[in-house]
Formats: sequence, structure tokens, C-alpha cells
Amino acid sequence: MMKMLHIAWKDLIVTFRDRAALILMLAAPFVLTLGMGFITGRFSGGSGDISGVRDIPVILVNLDDGELSEALVSIFTSEELRDLLEPTLTADLASARQQIDDDQAASAVIIPAGFSAGVLQPAAGGGSSQAASIELYISPARPTTAAIIRSIVEGFLSQVETGRIGGEVAVSQLIATGRLAPEEAMSAGIEIGSRLGSDPAATALITVRSVSGQAEEQAPFDPLAYLAPGMALLFLMYTVSLGGSSLLAEQREGTLQRMRTTPTSSSQVLGGKLFGVYLTGVAQLVILISASALLFRIDWGRPLDVFLLVLAVVAGAAGWGTLLAAISKTPTQASSMGMALMLAFGILGGSFFGGAQLPLPMEILSKITPNAWGLAGFSALALGGTLGDILPSIGPLLVMGAILFAIAVVLFRRRGLGRG
Amino acid sequence: MTAIVEVDQLVKRYPGAAEPAVDRVSFAILQGEVFSLLGPNGAGKTTTISVLSCLLEPTSGDARLAGHSVRTEPHAVRRVIGVVPQDIALYPTLSARQNLMFWGRMYGMTGGELRRRVEEVLETVGLRERAKERIEAYSGGMKRRINIAAGLLHRPQIVFMDEPTVGIDPQSRRNILEMVKLLNGQGMTVLYTTHYMEEAQELSHRIGIIDHGRLIALGTLAELTRLVGEKDAVELKIAAEHSTPELLAALGRVPGVEQVTADDGTLRLLATDANAALPEVIIAANSRGVRVANVAIQEPNLEAVFLHLTGRALRD
Repeated sequence: MMKMLHIAWKDLIVTFRDRAALILMLAAPFVLTLGMGFITGRFSGGSGDISGVRDIPVILVNLDDGELSEALVSIFTSEELRDLLEPTLTADLASARQQIDDDQAASAVIIPAGFSAGVLQPAAGGGSSQAASIELYISPARPTTAAIIRSIVEGFLSQVETGRIGGEVAVSQLIATGRLAPEEAMSAGIEIGSRLGSDPAATALITVRSVSGQAEEQAPFDPLAYLAPGMALLFLMYTVSLGGSSLLAEQREGTLQRMRTTPTSSSQVLGGKLFGVYLTGVAQLVILISASALLFRIDWGRPLDVFLLVLAVVAGAAGWGTLLAAISKTPTQASSMGMALMLAFGILGGSFFGGAQLPLPMEILSKITPNAWGLAGFSALALGGTLGDILPSIGPLLVMGAILFAIAVVLFRRRGLGRG
Repeated sequence: MTAIVEVDQLVKRYPGAAEPAVDRVSFAILQGEVFSLLGPNGAGKTTTISVLSCLLEPTSGDARLAGHSVRTEPHAVRRVIGVVPQDIALYPTLSARQNLMFWGRMYGMTGGELRRRVEEVLETVGLRERAKERIEAYSGGMKRRINIAAGLLHRPQIVFMDEPTVGIDPQSRRNILEMVKLLNGQGMTVLYTTHYMEEAQELSHRIGIIDHGRLIALGTLAELTRLVGEKDAVELKIAAEHSTPELLAALGRVPGVEQVTADDGTLRLLATDANAALPEVIIAANSRGVRVANVAIQEPNLEAVFLHLTGRALRD
């Protein structure tokens, strides 16, 4: 047992002295996480704003003088959205467009003249659909913040449409029951629709937040709490394939044969090498998690639960790494296959497109990746989950690791390793 | 003295190979002896050591080391041997001391005993001052010395050294040869393989000459050179491009010349009387337009023995 630990510890030291390996194991996931943090605006936020998106510069070009345009402007300037938005009011359309072109603002919301009348009195507005449309002029350089502006406007329009339909239905019902004379229908409809469309209580529903359907107590979700483990798991696959290929490298360099001339059994040598792969993977994730928690202030969840999940996810990944080594003939072959597996698992397991809905066959295939199970577990913990919430991830990962290790040992023994 | 290594009709045939790599080899090494296996590349030296160090299973035959069979007691055999492989088998990114600590642990050593022994072998190989440096920063000769040190940590009864001086500078080579003598002086039995006859001559109590997997001669240097008889070994230097089969055949027809081999611009002859044969040899060369640049008559040596036994030079 002690010899296995000595071999594993030696492998850990050798791996952590390999500069190229360190770049891919630690620097690459860290830098990518950092980059994604900037893209999502995670690092531009204040201490209390973990979504990181705030003070979005938006220009409101209100050419309308009706109630609905006032309602929309009041939404953008409301107290609820004060931290999120930094609105500027103007009537100069050309200037607004120029500011967007110069990337001085994320979007311009252009409310055309006659918008309110077009919605509330289609006939008065000329009946054209153009009169009832709002133009969003967005900066292609700020896709994320532009999407937020779009969602606010769409939310408003949805309520306006609801109000308009509600007004029509109400007026029809009133006329049908004889409570409203047909000649009063126009003015009554405008009144009802206007109230429904501009009801402040309704507009207050527009918010920007992430929601998990599983956590009972919804904790605010930090996008980096998904991105960081995604990158860590992606590069964990590199580490375990490197570890697996080190067995073949030792064979090539003659150190494996030398070990076998010492009173160390082949089982001890193989066990030590496999444990070395595992130990290196655990060390990598612990370093990445600790560093990102300290530097990015990511809340990964309760440390003990996180550590248990790390142990499980590395078991699953190390199983794949050792299986790769068992089916490869040279270290180069193992490394090449490892890279391919790393990318494939990254795509399937959600490291690249976290949270995206995959087509069903790929969704099923993702279950063979440690990335998918690991990400599910880390997301649950980031949302305030506990050990009970990550058991559905830990179980499959341990089973995956056990099966793959067993297959790898059988294959290694066929090649004369691990026997005796 | 008692035999500490007994090799009995050892055969190793690799799958698919037409001829065995080791073919019915038998010899014994006495305790405290330096025994060299001398032969050209591919003769079967490394395969023999691999079987004796339990890396390869013999196809037939057996060997007993300190009384333990390589077939039935490989674990016990591994405890009494130290192996210095032909290629550097160390971890380049670890320091010399870290490498030795690791290999000591593989021999089951721990704690203070391991630390003391690591310092001792570092002293023995003359690298204690540079023990903190990574192996990758060492010269080829220094790597070789640490490669040897790793096989000595557990004070083995028998040390196998497989061509430990290949590819290093003359000074490092000299250091290693002196180290072998030192270890032998401390009582270690050494099995040393080489294709350099000078090393075998300098170090060995006894020498086994191996060729095509078979042990073709065995004995002390004096016993082996007697195989050549009273013949003289003659070495001629000529221009390499003149070393043609026709010239060799012509020299072979000179009365008193028994065998002729060529190694680039060096011709080696065995002659019953070198002084009598040399004028005819030089005339035969000159008549073919070949100018002899240098002539040396040598005492019979292992090169001559190998030539006598195989008809080939050791480096062929």
C-alpha cells in the first residue's frame, strides 16, 4: 500500500513540474473562466450584484406623446430598474443612432409618433401596423445587454397586447349584455385597455433573474458558478488522459521496467499509477475551486459537499483517462485520443454551452460524460443545494469510475501489467 | 568461493523470432567476482540480464541467484539484485536526491536508513554537491552515475550493469569504471555487459563471450587469449575507401595470415608470425594501389579472441 502511495505521490510531483501540463491544467481553465466572467459582465458588478449586469446605457427616443409611451419610459426610469439601467431621454433620433454606432450605449428604444394612438385607437392611428411598433436599435458589440433591453420591451408589449385584447373582450361582453351602447364602445375600450396596459403593478413584474425549478429556496445564481466548473471539468479530462498516458511514457522511458526489477509487484505499480491519476485530478480541481472562490468570489457551496463531489467527479474522469491508456499503444496516441475525448465530452457535457437544451440523442449520450454529472452537481451546490441534492450526481460518477477502472485493469493485465 | 549466480541452459525465444535471443546459455558467477558478458550489439547480453532480473520469463532453462530461482521465486530474486539498465531510467524533472529517494522506497527502504543511504550513494558517485539539481540539467555522464546509484541503494548482493558506459565522454567512462572497481572492492558481485573489450579486460575476473545468443567462450583473460594460441594480432591503417573485399581476400592469401577483418580504414589480421608476414602483406596492399599508413603488432587480446572464434570483428 505504501509503495502505491509513493508511486502516486511521485506522479503528482512529476505532473506539477511539467510547465506545459500546468498551463492546460490550471492556467487555461482559470483564464477561460476569467474571460467568460468579463463577457457575462460578472466582474463589472458591485459587491451585492452577483449577476454582474448593471448600469446598462440605454437611449429612449420618445417621439410619441401618448399614455403608452409614457408608461414604457416610466418602466425604464423606474426605481426597480435603477441599478440595472442607465436611461437617457432624447427626441433626436439621428443622434441616438450615432451613439449606438459609436458603442456609447447598448440600445436605443425608439417609440415612433402615434404609437399609443396606433395601439389604443387603430382607426385613429391610420390602422397601419407600423404605427404600433417599437424599434430597437442595438449595438452588435453588446449582445448580452441588448438582449436584456429587448426582453424589457417585449415584456411591456406583451402586457399592452394583453390589455388591448382584454379591453376588446370586455367591451364585446358589455355590448352583448346590453350594459354598454355600441356608440360608447370606442371610448370605453380605450379606457380599459389603457388602464390594463399602463398599470404600474403589472409593469413591476419585469425583472432579470435566474430561476431553478429544483431548489426549494432559490439562491441567486452566479453565472461563474456554472462557467468555472464547466472549464475545470473540461480540463480535468486533459489531466486524466495525461495521467493515463504517463503509464505508457514510463514504459517507453524504461522506468516502468526498472520498477519491475525492484521488489514491487506489478499490481502495486499499476495501482500506484492509477491512484496517481486520481490524486492529480483531485489536486487540480481543489486548486481551481479554491483559487476561483478566493479570486472570483464564487460560492461553490458547502466545502465538504464540494469536496465529496470533487472526489466523485475525478473518479469518473480518471476512469476514462485510464481506459484511454489501456487501449492506446503509445503515449502520443493516448494524448491525441485524450484531447479528442476532452473536446467531445466538453460539448456533450455542457462545458461549452452550459445549460443549453441538447437534442435527445445527445442528451442521452451526455450521461456517459463526467462533465454532465459534475456540472449538475456543482450547479445544485451553487444554488444552495446540500449533499442530498448532489447524490444523484455522485452515484453515477462513482459507478462510472468503478466500471471504467475495472475494464482498464483487465486490459492492462492482458498486456502483462498489473499481474503478480 | 561459492557461486552466487548459476545459469543453467537458459533459453529465451521472442514470439515470432526465427532464432532464440539466448540459446542454451550456462555459466556461474562466483561471489565477489566481476563477470563480463562481452559481445557485439544484438548478441543477447541485454536479454540475458533481463531474464536474470526477472523482467522476462525464460523459455526454458533456469537461473538461481543467491539460491533463488528466477522462475519460481522472482520476488526473492529482486531483493538481492540491483539493476542498472542500459538506458537512463530516471525522472528528468525530479532532482537526483528525489529520484534516489523514490527508488529507495521501491526497494522497501524508509526513514533515516533511506536518507543515510541516499547520501552515501551520492557520495559514491561523486554528485552529493549537485543532488538538488534536476536530472534534466545533468550531463550524460552525470545521469549515468545517478542511474548506477539508483541500483545500489539497497546494498544488493549482485549488481547487473548493462552497458553503463554507452554514449558518454571518456572522463565519465573512467569514473564509472573506477566506481565498478570500488563497488567490487566493497564485496559486491557484478555482472557487467559491454561490447568494449577494453572495459571487459580492465574490470573482469572472468569474461563470457557471447555471440548470436550463444556463449562461445568463458574464462579469465589469460585463458581466453590462450585460445588464440601463439598468433599475433596485426592492425593496419589504410584509407577507408580502399578497404574492399578484393583487398581482404588478397591479404588472406599471404602465407602465415589466418584471418582478416576490416572496420572502415582499420584492417585486423591474425598471423602465426607477424614479422615474417608483414612484408608480403604490405607488398600485396601496394600492388593494388593501397598505401599502408600505419602498422601495429599487438599482444593477443579479446578482439583477437573474438576474431579467432567467429571470424568477425567485435564491432561487426
